[in-house]
Amino acid sequence: MTRTPRARAAARSGVRDDPASAYDMTPSAEGVERRTLACIVDNEPGVLARVVGLFSARGYNIESLTVAEIDRNAHQSRITIVTSGTNHVLEQIEQHLLRLVPVARVIDVTQSGGIERELALVKVAGTGDKRVEALRISEIFRARVIDTTNESFIFEITGASEKIDQFIELMRPLGLVEVSRTGVLSIQRGKERVG
Amino acid sequence: MDGHAGMDAQEAMDAKGKASDAEILTGAEIVLRALADQGVDTIFGYPGGAVLPIYDAIYAQQRVRHILVRHEQGAGHMAEGYARSTGRCGVALATSGPGATNMVTPIADALMDSIPMVVITGQVPTHLIGSDAFQEADTVGITRACSKHNYLVKDVKDLARIIHEAFYVAMSGRPGPVVIDIPKNVQFAKGPYVGPATIEHRTYHPRTEPAERRIEEAVALMAKAERPVIYSGGGVINSGPAASEALRALAAATGFPVTSTLMGLGAFPASDPQWLGMLGMHGSYEANNAMHDCDVMVCVGARFDDRVTGRLDAFSPGSKKIHIDIDPSSINKNVRVDVPVVADCGKALGAMLKGWKKSARKTPDLAPWWGQIDQWRARKSFAYPRSATIIKPQYAIERLYALTRDRDVYVTTEVGQHQMWAAQFFHFDQPNRWMTSGGLGTMGYGLPAAIGVQAAHPGALVIDIAGDASVQMTMQEMSCAVQHELPVKIFILNNEWMGMVRQWQQLLHGERYSHSYSDSLPDFVKLAEAYGGHGIRCENPADLDGAILEMIDSPKPVLFDCRVEKAENCFPMIPSGAAHNEMILGKIMGDEISDAGKMLV
Repeated sequence: MTRTPRARAAARSGVRDDPASAYDMTPSAEGVERRTLACIVDNEPGVLARVVGLFSARGYNIESLTVAEIDRNAHQSRITIVTSGTNHVLEQIEQHLLRLVPVARVIDVTQSGGIERELALVKVAGTGDKRVEALRISEIFRARVIDTTNESFIFEITGASEKIDQFIELMRPLGLVEVSRTGVLSIQRGKERVG
Repeated sequence: MDGHAGMDAQEAMDAKGKASDAEILTGAEIVLRALADQGVDTIFGYPGGAVLPIYDAIYAQQRVRHILVRHEQGAGHMAEGYARSTGRCGVALATSGPGATNMVTPIADALMDSIPMVVITGQVPTHLIGSDAFQEADTVGITRACSKHNYLVKDVKDLARIIHEAFYVAMSGRPGPVVIDIPKNVQFAKGPYVGPATIEHRTYHPRTEPAERRIEEAVALMAKAERPVIYSGGGVINSGPAASEALRALAAATGFPVTSTLMGLGAFPASDPQWLGMLGMHGSYEANNAMHDCDVMVCVGARFDDRVTGRLDAFSPGSKKIHIDIDPSSINKNVRVDVPVVADCGKALGAMLKGWKKSARKTPDLAPWWGQIDQWRARKSFAYPRSATIIKPQYAIERLYALTRDRDVYVTTEVGQHQMWAAQFFHFDQPNRWMTSGGLGTMGYGLPAAIGVQAAHPGALVIDIAGDASVQMTMQEMSCAVQHELPVKIFILNNEWMGMVRQWQQLLHGERYSHSYSDSLPDFVKLAEAYGGHGIRCENPADLDGAILEMIDSPKPVLFDCRVEKAENCFPMIPSGAAHNEMILGKIMGDEISDAGKMLV
């Protein structure tokens, strides 16, 4: 068998000591980042199932997902998905989303510097100093009290996900009972309509 | 919408006129009218409770021919065969519940191989959906993951639009199967009919024109190449005959060697001296080594499938890669490429040819590269030991090819060793002549696919190169072939084994032949006769030519029981997880499989 020296060297370097199947080549966790994608979709039956099914079928992560109709006349919905993966995976997610027939556009909110907001309802129960402290912290976070009893508050708080995470952590020792979050919403800065 | 382009103003006005004072038809009538207006001449189906109104409408018209199958899977594969041999959209029809679930395999098959197909299924009436009614299944839920798109039609007013839209989606961009689920009450209800010209999809408009900059980058790379190779795939065939012409023209202009995937056979003529043969797991030694050692790879309409690439981290390590694909998600999916070209293959190849002719640069001399390729070719990797007493499966296909090459011949296959031998030893000079289940690897594909091909090409010779195990998976369609006088030739390489399973067990599982022997095989000759077809058996190489001619001359569907060498293995072979230059060439070359190789999966 004749072969150029260069090719032979390349062949040798390509062979590892522990030959493994192509199926075993799992991508490393290196370089995993979080990304927020907004999909503008035709609001037709099953469109959410298609998007969610794509993520489960191809083994991608969904950290949060919100969906609602944004234009009744045009039958359009906006789905904001927070996902994570390597750059390569994130690029694939975007392309596979675009392959779905009812998906009109995909916007990379993270990379295009869009605004992300989340709303949370946080129930905290307690009396005495802890109750006072909870109310004091809620003021710092500009949370609103939307329900109260003698022994509890329900706070409504909006902001970036990190801010909400932080608020929840601070409430934990003060009698955190229950949390409900919307997941991330997103929009582009500036006067242009990007969606 | 594609329909607009080919229409003159008068036609477009007529179509619009139809929309304004629309005819009122029942849902079932709308289905048949829409099919006819889409140019569908043949559908493949099986009746049942939830599609009876549609069958009533079929009964009342002459424009669309219905081929009655024996199992819905057969209808799906027939529609695939029809589509692949004509370049048009295949259409299959099934009832709700089990009819739809039986159709799932061909739908998944068509998705993997990018075959345009519209599948119409009946559904229980809308008010019964979700009640676990008789023969109810969540068809759109089940087929969502294995179709390109699907629809549940809840209102007859949407039906005509959805059917036309389904054809558009199935045929546009990367083609694929589209499912339309129609509840029985919608089939009875009356609604307006609109023609195809008035339909435009809101969001789905795939890009087909290449970016000029990318074409320039590609041509610049190609102009400097010293060891180039063109790796073409099924996308070239899907794109239409013009793409195959463009591929041939580009190869002729550049002098580059051409290899192809299993799906792409026929796009480039196998008789051309620039042809390297198929690449991949059972591809030729020269094709795989050229892929490994090339410095510029032009991938056209192929998707770097694992059966093609072998081990990814050792795949063509020294090359710059150009990838033309209409589906952006295929680019950089498995293999990183240097020049991505998102476009229809035919248009991109045409643009590259134009760029190549304009380019003032002289191509480096390819003679040393061709010299290297000739050395690989001299290994004759498809060689096999001849026998005067036993029919070698490779010999059977060689003879089949030799005796049919001057005819108007179409070939389908099942899945396994016989499929690979067919790809290696049957040669194609034209696209749309070779139908095989590549991506999904569906045993039982070939017999019904052949029937679909024959329905589209009544005068042609249609051969299913089959294995004894695969062919039994859809054998009942012999009855369909006899009923509709579709004289397909089922050429069974009968080695009494699930050959590819046996081969893997021999090479990789310590010769433990667990459940791979086809015990209690039927007598295929008697079976053919039982169906009203023609049966032939051949066991002696000396009788083979005569038997093949008898098969060709028979006016009936034929089951040809070709008794071949039982223990023959399909070589050359790249075991999963090995690199292109680590091929096993088989015993004839004196190669042994290493212990490490046996550990591979």
